[in-house]
Amino acid sequence: MIHRALMLALLALPALAQERRSGFEDMAPQTQAMQRDDTSNPGMLWALEGEDLFRQPAGPAGQSCASCHAEGSMQGVAARYPAWDTARQAPIDLAGRIAQCRTDRQGAPPLARESQGLLALSAHVGQQSRGLPIAPPADPRLDAARVQGAALYAERRGQLDLSCAQCHDDHPGRRLAGSIIPQAHPTGYPLYRLEWQALGSLQRRLRGCMTGVRAEPFAYGAPEYIAIELFLMSRAAGLAVETPAVRP
Amino acid sequence: MARVLINVPRTAARGEVITIRTLIQHLMETGYRPDANGVVAPRDIIRRFTCRYDGEVVFQAELSPAIAANPFLSFTTVATRSGVVEMSWEGDNGFAQTETRDLTVT
Repeated sequence: MIHRALMLALLALPALAQERRSGFEDMAPQTQAMQRDDTSNPGMLWALEGEDLFRQPAGPAGQSCASCHAEGSMQGVAARYPAWDTARQAPIDLAGRIAQCRTDRQGAPPLARESQGLLALSAHVGQQSRGLPIAPPADPRLDAARVQGAALYAERRGQLDLSCAQCHDDHPGRRLAGSIIPQAHPTGYPLYRLEWQALGSLQRRLRGCMTGVRAEPFAYGAPEYIAIELFLMSRAAGLAVETPAVRP
Repeated sequence: MARVLINVPRTAARGEVITIRTLIQHLMETGYRPDANGVVAPRDIIRRFTCRYDGEVVFQAELSPAIAANPFLSFTTVATRSGVVEMSWEGDNGFAQTETRDLTVT
């Protein structure tokens, strides 16, 4: 356990050596203004849809999310995910938990990863943590996955033979073609990317980077993605949640 | 019904220049994009936006396939009298949506 904690600390060292900043800071003032104002932030369209879905009954028992979770009770929840799922004995991310709640508790048809409904619900839940510091749980059962995530982050992959760390730890703030390389803190997911012209999850973003280095991406919902998310969230601990954020 | 975000001030002073901002959820499919099987998706865009203030057209826009999804429009008008601000979007496949907001001029 001590060995693991030490390894984590060492892996996170390059990122901590410099001042941590959200990708928000590197955006053009226009894009920042777009995120700040809820009436011009397109991510709010999904968050509002999620608010409706939250109250909408689903499944044979006619239960909605709001039947169990009071309105506004999800404050701070997105800041502590991924968490440990006792039922599956594995870490689970927020979207996974929402989908699990829907199938196991409501008995409703499953929501696919990156489906409009799951993104909308994740945005609605995430929005309630906006402004709160990212607070990864100290659960020791998550450590193994965190270490795996750190290893995946540092592992070279794809035909370009690049690791996440080679850009996001070694060269943040510099440019890759026309874009500024951010420090890769997942503060605002699910977020509206202007490139996507839609809301998308962190897994979609990771997939984009992986195909970018000509690596085969993992399948949506793969434990590897959740491990990377665990590591990234512990690396971003303390930064404010921005969901739904806007990125170029 | 597409989801919309509209920012119209509730009240304004007579003669004041007010800013109206609208954002509507729409795919704005260009009609030029082939999918994974090489089949080009048919065009599906919003073609026209009209804003009427107290029955009078104060702003109109023609949208083209080059405009991004979820189009955001921001424009100004002068608050003259209390009335209804009516915004309507029309597009392909019979897309039509109208939203109204009340504006009180003091």
